[in-house]
Amino acid sequence: MTELGLLVTQLFNGISLGSILLLAALGLALSFGLMNVINMAHGELLMMGGYVAYLAYRLPIGPWRLPAAMLAATAGTAAFGALLEMTIIRRLYGRPLDTLLATWGVSLVLQQGARSLFGPVGVGVTAPAWLDRSIPLRGIGLPGVGLPVVRLLIIGLAAAVLAALALLLARSRWGRLLRAVQDDRDMAEALGVNSRRVDLVIFTIGTAVAGLAGAALALIAPVTPTVGQSYIVYAFLVVIVGGLGSLTGTVLAALAVGLLSASLQLFATVSTADVLLLLVVMAFIQVRPRGLITRLSRALEEA
Amino acid sequence: MIRVRSRLVLRRLAAPALAAFLPAVFLGVTARSLAAAPAAGPIKVGVLHSLTGTMAISEVSVKNATLLAIDQLNRNGGVLGRPVEPIIEDGASDPAMFAQKAQKLLQEDHVVTVFGGWTSASRKAMLPVFERFHSLLWYPVQFEGNECSPDIMYSGAQPNQQILPALTWAMHAGDKRIFLLGSDYVFPRTANLILKKHIARDGGTVAGEEYVPLGGTDFSAIIAKIKLAHPDIIFNTLNGDSNVSFFKQMAAAGMPPSKVPVMSFSIAEQEARAMGPSLVAGSYAAWNYFQSLPLAPNEAFVAAYKAKYGANQVVDDPMVHGYIDVMQWAAAVKRAGTTDPEAVRRAAVSLPWAWGPMGSLKFAPNQSLYQKAYVGQLQPDGQFKVIWQSAGPIMPQPYDQLTFPGKTCTD
Repeated sequence: MTELGLLVTQLFNGISLGSILLLAALGLALSFGLMNVINMAHGELLMMGGYVAYLAYRLPIGPWRLPAAMLAATAGTAAFGALLEMTIIRRLYGRPLDTLLATWGVSLVLQQGARSLFGPVGVGVTAPAWLDRSIPLRGIGLPGVGLPVVRLLIIGLAAAVLAALALLLARSRWGRLLRAVQDDRDMAEALGVNSRRVDLVIFTIGTAVAGLAGAALALIAPVTPTVGQSYIVYAFLVVIVGGLGSLTGTVLAALAVGLLSASLQLFATVSTADVLLLLVVMAFIQVRPRGLITRLSRALEEA
Repeated sequence: MIRVRSRLVLRRLAAPALAAFLPAVFLGVTARSLAAAPAAGPIKVGVLHSLTGTMAISEVSVKNATLLAIDQLNRNGGVLGRPVEPIIEDGASDPAMFAQKAQKLLQEDHVVTVFGGWTSASRKAMLPVFERFHSLLWYPVQFEGNECSPDIMYSGAQPNQQILPALTWAMHAGDKRIFLLGSDYVFPRTANLILKKHIARDGGTVAGEEYVPLGGTDFSAIIAKIKLAHPDIIFNTLNGDSNVSFFKQMAAAGMPPSKVPVMSFSIAEQEARAMGPSLVAGSYAAWNYFQSLPLAPNEAFVAAYKAKYGANQVVDDPMVHGYIDVMQWAAAVKRAGTTDPEAVRRAAVSLPWAWGPMGSLKFAPNQSLYQKAYVGQLQPDGQFKVIWQSAGPIMPQPYDQLTFPGKTCTD
């Protein structure tokens, strides 16, 4: 492989990492970015998606295992998310520090629950054989460079989820209601919008995306009780850098962080690249505290 | 009047009564605690391993093997006529927790010795605790050497008993371009330091050297660098969950072990089974023991372990070291006639040759173990086929003479 090949590979890796970050952060973009709910259990929702996918994957239904696992992960985590919203989050709207504490407790409970149910050792989803291949780019003059199919799948998944969410927000009734509640909750309520129900629906959609992300992650890394902890910081980072309340910002931030991390790893170790990345993010937040794309809304002003 | 007088009487009596009462209580309590000091009670030993966290995949079975050994001791009458009572603690894959739990075992539970540890980070964290309490830690895992504490018995392989024999084997097999990959902590860093010196001396080249944080799971950049470097073999010192991600992502990138040889130093039968042998089949490992060794004590040990923990269990090198650590400790206690750590230590290094599941073994004066080295290739059934072994037990050398010239164990 040539130096150009390495560059192209790292470019692809950056996009792949960005897509993973996007999947992990989209759910948080909805709950934190749009509703200002600090959900510290978001990482554990990813973990839950991974474990549900692992369980569903053991069903003997042949080639439908993979889509079934993804569907089960999405639905299962969404159900749990709805339960979480109805029991805990609902009572703590407008109290971000209390939500932080309560969801932190939930995350600890979920981690230990996973440990007790599945053991402290990680479980794996063995990807089907067709995912375990690599598309060679020899034909276009880049010998030795290959694009792993599983990473292409995850990029595709992230794009699909993003498109679905964008459509939902822009065109659907619930999207319109969410934007109304986000712009001015009191006015929306005065116009007859059940803001409680809107909150429930949006939070559930966020957790559904987290579950799907967890199932996708299970294809490239083992699902352990602590896998959520590896992603929660980056998820929050992406949402904040992107700007609260803006899905476009989240996408841009995820891509930027992914590409930056991949390019830093060209000449530094993984640990050093992490440090440099966080330094860059810290500097960026100093210069632009509201993130890449700011969205002015009364709800966020009052937060 | 009577009431006042009785109050006065009470007050007059109170002081001398207390004066007599308190010392009696104090003496009684002291007498109780002195009597509880075991002259005939059980011998308490500590078992300290990661039962949770990223290292649990490897350490839970070592704890099991240690308990099996203690079980066998107790069934044969205990040590010095007293039963051995294990006190089990969880290090949680966190070196600070290991230090904390070690202190708890020594200070509160009054154990006479501790069997435990895995990562060098955990051992380095526990070292000051054992030196402060002048107790003895039996450390069963292969490590990077470069340490020689009088309060630790190092039964795990020194670098010249695992890493360097593996290098010898690889270069004899024609693998001259070696890619070094490890988790980012002291064992891989020191191991690679030693390897680089020896590779340079023996005429090989280092194709690359990369590190990933302990528990890290993203290998996309590293795999790209491996592709660019075209190594003959990868020397893998990743630990814990990272191994699963690495092999998965290598396979996804079209580089399974059948295409790019990998020599791993932290993958044994246990990890292979947890990862799924098909993921790692065809890769190599270097240890002082494989479950497939055709020795009588090994077959007995494997049978005993399966009887206690299940027929689908596998046995690996650190588990066997955990087992022989307990047996050697018991033999040393018998020889010394006491559980005092200093006496046990001196007795342990003067024990005769033993014949254990790994073959001949004996503690050297530098408190490390004489043992053979084997290189095995992982088969699809999860067992290793031994493809090379050292001529005989290798004398343990904590300080590699090429990397740290002149340093020796001053004991």
